[in-house]
Order: sequence, then C-alpha cells, then structure tokens
Amino acid sequence: MTYLAKPKIHHPGLPKNALGYTRRDYEGAVSTLCAGCGHDSISAAIIQAFFELDVEPHRVAKLSGIGCSSKTPTYFLGNSHGFNSVHGRMPSVLTGAAMANRDLIYLGVSGDGDSASIGLGQFAHVLRRGVNMVYIVENNGVYGLTKGQFSATADKGSKSKRGAANSDEPIDLVLLALALGASFVARGFSGDKTQLVPLIKAAVAHHGAAFIDVISPCVAFNNHPGSTKSYDYVREHNDAVNRLDFWPSRDEITTEIPSGSTRDVPLHDGGTVRLHKLHDDYDPSDKVAAMAYLESRRARGEVVTGLLYVRPDSADMHDAMETVGVPLNALGDPELVPGAAALDGVNASLR
Amino acid sequence: MAVKQLARVNDFVVKFANVNGSGSASANGLFARAILRMGVPVAARNIFPSNIQGLPTWYEVRITEQGWRGRRGGVDMMVAMNPQTWDKDVAELEPGGYLFYDSTKPLASSRLRSDINMLGVPLTAICNAEYSDARQRQLFKNIIYLGALSALLDLDPAEIEKLFAEQYKGKEALQDSNRKALAMGRDYALANFACPLPLRVARRNNVGSRIFVDGNAAAALGAVYGGATVAAWYPITPSSSLAEAFQKYCGKFRVDAASGKHRYAILQAEDELSSIGVVIGAAWNGARAFTTTSGPGVSLMQEFLGLAYFAEIPVVLFDVQRGSPSTGMPTRTQQADLLSCAYASHGDTKHVMLFPEDPRECFEMGAQAFDLADRLQTPIFVMLDLDIGMQDWLCEPFAWDDDHRMDRGKVMTAAMLDGGKEFGRYLDVDGDGIPYRTYPATHPTKGGYFTRGTTKDRYARYTEEGPAYVDNMQRLLRKFETAKSLLPAPVVQRGRAPTRAGVIWFGSTGAAMAESLVELESQGIHLDRMRVRGFPFPDAVGEFIAEHEHVFVVEQNRDAQLKMLLVNECGVDPSKLISVLNYDGTPITERFITREIAEKARLFNVTPIRKRAG
Repeated sequence: MTYLAKPKIHHPGLPKNALGYTRRDYEGAVSTLCAGCGHDSISAAIIQAFFELDVEPHRVAKLSGIGCSSKTPTYFLGNSHGFNSVHGRMPSVLTGAAMANRDLIYLGVSGDGDSASIGLGQFAHVLRRGVNMVYIVENNGVYGLTKGQFSATADKGSKSKRGAANSDEPIDLVLLALALGASFVARGFSGDKTQLVPLIKAAVAHHGAAFIDVISPCVAFNNHPGSTKSYDYVREHNDAVNRLDFWPSRDEITTEIPSGSTRDVPLHDGGTVRLHKLHDDYDPSDKVAAMAYLESRRARGEVVTGLLYVRPDSADMHDAMETVGVPLNALGDPELVPGAAALDGVNASLR
Repeated sequence: MAVKQLARVNDFVVKFANVNGSGSASANGLFARAILRMGVPVAARNIFPSNIQGLPTWYEVRITEQGWRGRRGGVDMMVAMNPQTWDKDVAELEPGGYLFYDSTKPLASSRLRSDINMLGVPLTAICNAEYSDARQRQLFKNIIYLGALSALLDLDPAEIEKLFAEQYKGKEALQDSNRKALAMGRDYALANFACPLPLRVARRNNVGSRIFVDGNAAAALGAVYGGATVAAWYPITPSSSLAEAFQKYCGKFRVDAASGKHRYAILQAEDELSSIGVVIGAAWNGARAFTTTSGPGVSLMQEFLGLAYFAEIPVVLFDVQRGSPSTGMPTRTQQADLLSCAYASHGDTKHVMLFPEDPRECFEMGAQAFDLADRLQTPIFVMLDLDIGMQDWLCEPFAWDDDHRMDRGKVMTAAMLDGGKEFGRYLDVDGDGIPYRTYPATHPTKGGYFTRGTTKDRYARYTEEGPAYVDNMQRLLRKFETAKSLLPAPVVQRGRAPTRAGVIWFGSTGAAMAESLVELESQGIHLDRMRVRGFPFPDAVGEFIAEHEHVFVVEQNRDAQLKMLLVNECGVDPSKLISVLNYDGTPITERFITREIAEKARLFNVTPIRKRAG
C-alpha cells in the first residue's frame, strides 16, 4: 500500500523479482484517498501482482475514467504511462490504445459510477469486442468524490449514511460481463488480498477481455450498518466459490497440492491457474451455470467471489481484426504509404 | 405558335427526377460518364432523401464545355420519371426547355406547360412488351431512357457500351442485355423525333487527365497516404462513405502480402463518443488515428475534444457537414459546423480546421492533417460538406511526392532520454508552444507521465495552482499562433481591374464562385478574391480585409459563421463584411452568388476605382 510516504532510496535487502525489480519499483505517488479506503488495498494488490508476474513496469499502460477509483492509477506503477480520461469513457480510450500497440499490457481502472452509470454503454462494448485488457471496477456503491450519492450498483434497500434506502434495482456488473461475452470474469473483495492478487495475475495472463469486480468499501460514505458494501457486510456474506494460485508458463508447478478438490486451468500464454474449489458444484467453465448460481446467491444477499468464469480458448480484438503482429504505432512510411505509382493506378480507375 | 427550342451545345443542365431504390442511379451515372468520355466536362449532383426506397430523388447533370464545377441554377431538360414530383419538376424547366417523360399513359392537359417541348417515350409499354419479370422491367426502363437520351442529345452510344463492358467485366450476358435495352430506347427516339435536338453534346478534348471522384473517397485515400492506421467511426450521413472508402483502400494497399494480415485497424463504434475516445487512445499511444462524422457527431464529441485540446492529443476528425441544427437535413449540404468545431468543448478552447475546396484537396489535406496533428499535438478538423463529400467532382488527378516522410512532430525517444535531454510533457523548450511527448513504454524509468484533463504543471503533475494554470493556457495560445504558419495559405487573386472591394469564401463554395466572378466581371463588378484554406487565419487574411472598403463573405449557413470567425479572430470591423448566405440545403449556385453580390454591390456603391474616379 502506498498510503504512507516512503523514502525514495531502496533498502538493499529488498527482495527482487526475476527482472531485478523490487516491489517499490511498482509503486506510484502517495495516495490522497481516505485512510482505510478499499481502493488503496486494491492498488497494493495490483503492485504485488505485477511484481510477482515479473512484468517490466513501463510495459503496462494504465487507464481510468473519473472518480475516486480512477484517481488510483497515480498510486501504482509510477514509471508507466497513465491516462485519466473523461467520466465513463475509459473503455474507448483503452480500446484505441490497444489498437495502436498490441504489445503492451492494458489495465483499466474504473468505479461503479464510472462503469455502471455514465459509462455503462462503453463498459458493454469494450467487453463484447474482446479487448485484451484487465478491467477492474473498484465497486463501493456510492459516489465518493461528490460525497455519498447512491451509485447504480447499490443494492435495493441498502441504506445511505443519512439513512435513506435505495429504491432502485442494482446493476450487477459481473452478470452483465458474463452476458456481454467477457472471457474472464471474477469478483474480489478489497479486504481479501490473498484472493485478489492471484485473480489479478491470472487476468493479466488471460488473452482477451478480463473483468474483475472488486467490492471496495468506502470508509467515508458507505461503511455503516445498513450498507451492503461495508467491510462487515461483505465479510459476513462473502461466498467464495474458489481460491486460486497462478503460475506463469516458465515455472514448474512445485507447490504441494492441498487437500480438497483442485482443478488446473491452462491459459493462453501457457500459464496455469490452479483453482481450489470451495464449492464442489461450481464450475467456472460453465457460463450458464455460473449465471444461475450468481443470481440465486444474489437473491439471498450473498456476495459471490472468486474466478467465476474463464474461457481458456479465448480470442481478442486483434484476432478478429486480423492485424499484423508488429504494433501499428511502430509502422513507418514504407509499410503505410502506397506511393506515387500506386496513386497513378487509382487515378486511372477514376476516369 | 411554335414553341421555342433551347439550342445549346455542351452548355446545358439535364435533371433526372426518379424514385429512390428504382435502380436509376446506375443509368444516370452512365449518362454523366459517357459525356466525360466524349471529352466534355460535367458537374453532377445527386439530390437524395434520407430514405432507402420510395421517396423522390434527383440527379442533376450540368454539361459544361468550360468545365464549371458549380451548379448553374435552372434546368434545360427534365427527365421526369417520378409522378409524385411531376408538377414541381415541370415548373422548374426553363422556357423552351425539354420535358422527357413516359408517355404510356395519356397526360392530363392541365398538367402541361405551353412554353416547353414535350418528348414522350412509352417506356413502360416498351418494357412490358419485352420483359415479363417485374425487376427487369424496372431496371431496363432506366437503360431504355438512357438509350433514347443518347439519340436526342447526340451521345456516342459506343462510349456507353464501353462503360457497360467495364462495369460488367466478365459478365457477357449482362453486357448483352444492357446493349439491347439501350438500342431499344435509341431506336424509338431516332424513329419518332428529329435527332439530335438543338440541345446536344459534341465531342471535345476538354477533360484531359482529370478524374471524377467524390471527396469522401478522396479524403479516405488521403488518410491512407497520411499514414493513418486506426479509424473509429459511427455511421452517419453524409460521412459513412468516408470510413467505408478507407476500409476499401486499406484492403487494397495495407494488407501484408505474405501473411494476409492488416496494417490497419478499423472499428465501428457504438456511438460518436466512443469513436473519438478510441481515436484519442490510439493517438496517445503513437498511432495515427482519425474519426469521420457530421454535425450531430461533433456535438456528441465535445467533452472528449476538450480533453484532446487540453491534454494535447494529435487526433484527426473529418467533419462532412450537412443541413443543421439537430437532425436537420441529413442528406442536404451546408457549411454550418464552423463554430461548433472552431471552439468545440467547454472552457477556453480553439481548434485547427482545414477547408478543402474539392476532392483533390480532400486527398491532400486528408494526408496533411496527420502531419499537422502530430506537429501541433492537437485535434485537426478537416471540414468537408455533403456537396464535396458525396458528389463526384471532376478534378485534377491525385499527386504524391515519394520523398515525403511522415512528420511525427516532437517525440522524445529512449535515446534522447538516455542522452540526458530534459523531459517535461508540457514544457515549451523552444518558444513555439509545442512540448515534447513520449509514447507509452518508451523507457523503463524515464519519460513516463500521467495524461489527464485536469490542470497540470509543465511536468504533467496535477496542480490547481493559478500561475501554473495560466502558464499552460498561455502556452496553448502560443501553439495556436504557431499553427498559423503551418496551415495551407489562403489563395489570393486580384480582380482584373483595381478595386476597393473583395470577396472571401472557403470550401465547396469555390465551385460556383469561380464562375460567378467571371460573370460579375462581365457586369463591371471587379473583386479581389481570397479563398481561406485553414483556421486559425494567418495575418494575410486580416490584411486582405484591411486593404478593402467592403469584403463580401460568401458561405453556406444562416448565421455567417465564417464572418463571425473573421470578426472574432482578426479584429475586423464587422460593418466592412457583407454576407452572402445560401442555406436552403442545396449547393450554392453561380446565379445566386452573382445576383446577391450584384445587388449588394449597388447598395454599397461598390464600383471599380477608375469608374468612380472618373
């Protein structure tokens, strides 16, 4: 977590990853969010995930919209390029960035207001296009920066800090993501880092549109009794269907297989997700069953977390567009400009 | 009493009145192209509804040996194929003009005029006798009238047959059936009328190497030559064919021969907000990217355009303007988006615009826009309109200099960063207002920064400090000043006689303007002229206005938007500028401009200097 200012000089004994980077190299500026904000825990999980993945920090492009959650890309991966775009429109900017250079890792960070209200349209279309990215919604059910109005993910009947009950049905972004064709769908809880870090790592390794809804309590406006997005409520109602470990392709799986049923899911780049099933009847490769399960638990007021759906043979937008392997932004005049002779041919066809 | 017969060779207007969806467009296009192949220039315009089938549509062909490209106004021959618009179509004919119609059913005499010449051909009867299939009857009716017109107007049938052969290459049966239908119409006319009419085409050699092409296709080709790799768009008339042409030309020129993979990425977005967002993301990440839209799309893009201005992202936007405001007249032309583009988005913003006058310039500026965007790191609007974008124009062939290299502007590379060059994303190092940028992932530890729409300092750090904000806004003004020297210069020409009056126009107005200036000169009205090609206006524009007592500003919108920009940006006395405004949705005509300027010139006592001195 980067809430507290830390000296720039690294302790020589800090552990390094395979590329020689320390965890500190994945940190960003000091957070200006409220003390105890769930979003800071998510930032910490992102830092941990990229450190463990041995990704060069500058190979990640981080994009966001507007709101508390969208401020967080400043607080991690400080050497990466970031783009704090306009409210609800991060998905289109990220899509364009991904079109321009297929070689980078794209991390989209958004909130429930940003994605479920003003940006619901762009949320839908970026998923159905299969943009190769990790899309994280830091979901707290309220508008924090404007001081506590309900968002579209607030549960019906959930109470605001002043006691007013929300009368509208909530938008469940996980169910939507499943319906819209996201090929990796997960839900985490900012208070459960051991579950969240491997989820992020697996999402990064996934080829295609990976969506993670992270319930992230707002300590200032939505952490009181009567809220269904408070730390206490989510801890009490967390129905984790699985926990997972993630191995990048180059590592041999040496971890001892714990007792209980497990299942290995190979990912596109050769990495493997090992799921520790907590529910024997939950199958994350069966989308229809996943949707039914989620709906039934939602009706009981439970928050289902874990890797909810993954399609290992997924494709992405560049596959569909049949773009060349070289990033488009690296092509120059010889590859792009047809030249005068070709133009003569065009002229001849127009006479 | 004999009806007068208009007698003109290579200088008349034929208008086709059809029902859309009836397959007439193909026959009408053949008519225009056959005349071009005879070496006689044409100016052709499709006047169509926002509809797919069943509503009235017109195709107006001006046959003009002198090569005028604007509309003249008036009609000399009407090919009246649509009963729905009959009365209006008949009324539009010049006295002594010709009415070509389907005479299968008798006409009520009350629906005729006594001062025009009737050319009745029983098209339906001929078709019904020959064809049993309803679709064939419909399609070949068009070719039959083309055959009849070829005899009446002295078109060379061999040229039409050559066009059949090109159009239906490898489809011998189709070529045969079209030739047969053409002959049926032709034979009927030769047997029943004195062919050719006094109104006729005569072979010339006045077309030369010129090409016949629409501005949307030309702009799309310009984008290919400009190195654009990413396009995002949302379908909207009249801009959709630009995106589709880009797809077509990319398919031709940008497919890797070995792998079959694409050196481009085109995305049909869910709306215009998304289109411009995609373009901003791609441009931020170092690809050349554009969107294409029309007025309503520009309205939707306002918020993002402010971000692109403030965060300094090099995007290109083709705006093919149509009748506005709101949904307006989607299939009619106007130049009415100048203000919404020039100052797009909330707060203090100003944007660069280019004004192509024809498809040839659409190609040139379509390519140049990408160099300008990268150099200036700001949105560039290429302002087409429906008249340029969707109509085929006869223009000079496209040309390209193979020595040209893309100007990617001020981009700091990893080598420059390692060499110790100072990087501040919004730092003006040489006074032109343009800072350096880095593409994402340039260097592991240097050159990274955060792009945002909020206020920042010279090193892209978030700040709400007043002085840092003002510093940044002043630099943006310097950058806008720099733009003046990089944009295509206005084209200035003096009148034949010394004069204190001038005229300024831009874009598609030029077609009718060129002809009107000749006509005005013949009436003794001499004007110095300036065609502006870009915004912000260079100092020469203000100086031109200052040199003259009165300056006519000719444009195609109600509120005189170009005049407003001139007054606003050049500090001009508004009373010097006299507006000539056409905004009914049809392209401005020579007759309209001439009449308006002649009237206003009298009102303002605009006369040649020597006359007044005498």
